[in-house]
Amino acid sequence: MLRELALHILDIVENSLNAGATRVTIDVNEDTPADRLTIQVADDGRGMDAEMVQRVTDPFFTTRTTRRVGLGIPFLKQATELCNGAFSIESQVGKGTTVTATFQHSHINRMPLGDLPNTILALVVGNSHADFVYRHRLDERSFEFDTRPIKAELGDVPLSEPGVIEYLRREISDSLAQIYGI
Amino acid sequence: MSVKSLEDLKKIKEEALRKREIRNANARAHITVAMGTCGIAAGARETMKAVLDAIEKDQIAGVLVTQTGCIGLCEFEPIVDVQVGEETKATYGKVSPERARAIVTEHVVGGKPIKEWMITR
Repeated sequence: MLRELALHILDIVENSLNAGATRVTIDVNEDTPADRLTIQVADDGRGMDAEMVQRVTDPFFTTRTTRRVGLGIPFLKQATELCNGAFSIESQVGKGTTVTATFQHSHINRMPLGDLPNTILALVVGNSHADFVYRHRLDERSFEFDTRPIKAELGDVPLSEPGVIEYLRREISDSLAQIYGI
Repeated sequence: MSVKSLEDLKKIKEEALRKREIRNANARAHITVAMGTCGIAAGARETMKAVLDAIEKDQIAGVLVTQTGCIGLCEFEPIVDVQVGEETKATYGKVSPERARAIVTEHVVGGKPIKEWMITR
């Protein structure tokens, strides 16, 4: 079981990357007046047909050949259902996939968001062939982190250079701290 | 992303390029952290964090860090592959953050693989 929503995000994005995505958008929207938390991961990977979309929420379905059970999506779907939430997948072959998970923000069973900065950092540094957009909104405050201008500036300097890791970590943590007002 | 922040990045890039010129070209290493559902459930994000922290704190340049999916050895997760220069790739199993740090220091920097943590197939 994954104990943080950030780990579920990491897992869902892993599916996107395995589907050949080159651009992944991660949206976290905390709407406290409506008591809703929405997480959306949208990719430009190879997409799925309607039948496959139906099947991916089945734990005994996986596209992988190394292991025969795929638990990531069923776990996340179950987590939404335990929190007055909903889970949906929209996909189009050749276009990409969007996974949306919503939760009652204040629900007692709702997992914490967890360590988002280190999750985004792991994704960005570990998958330098793909571009990422991470948007986080908390009521009227929000920010957007986009790897494209960063990579354009860096040229062929890798994201795993010590100074760059430090820069990325600070950018993400500071932006998040700002919207939380800490 | 503010203009000031991109200016900071420009300085970091110039510094990295300057260091690259004085670095020995064959010192390059490649670290891969497996992050399928099995890896994540076993703590792969903390393993990845420990690797990145070690690179950042010890200012280790020239290491490429990548992420991969499930490789079918779920019971050994978190799994980390290390390849230094032209050496054969080493596959480490049950890589806790502490082990990850030691692997970076001893294998990647020090050139001494830690045999007892390797998965032998």
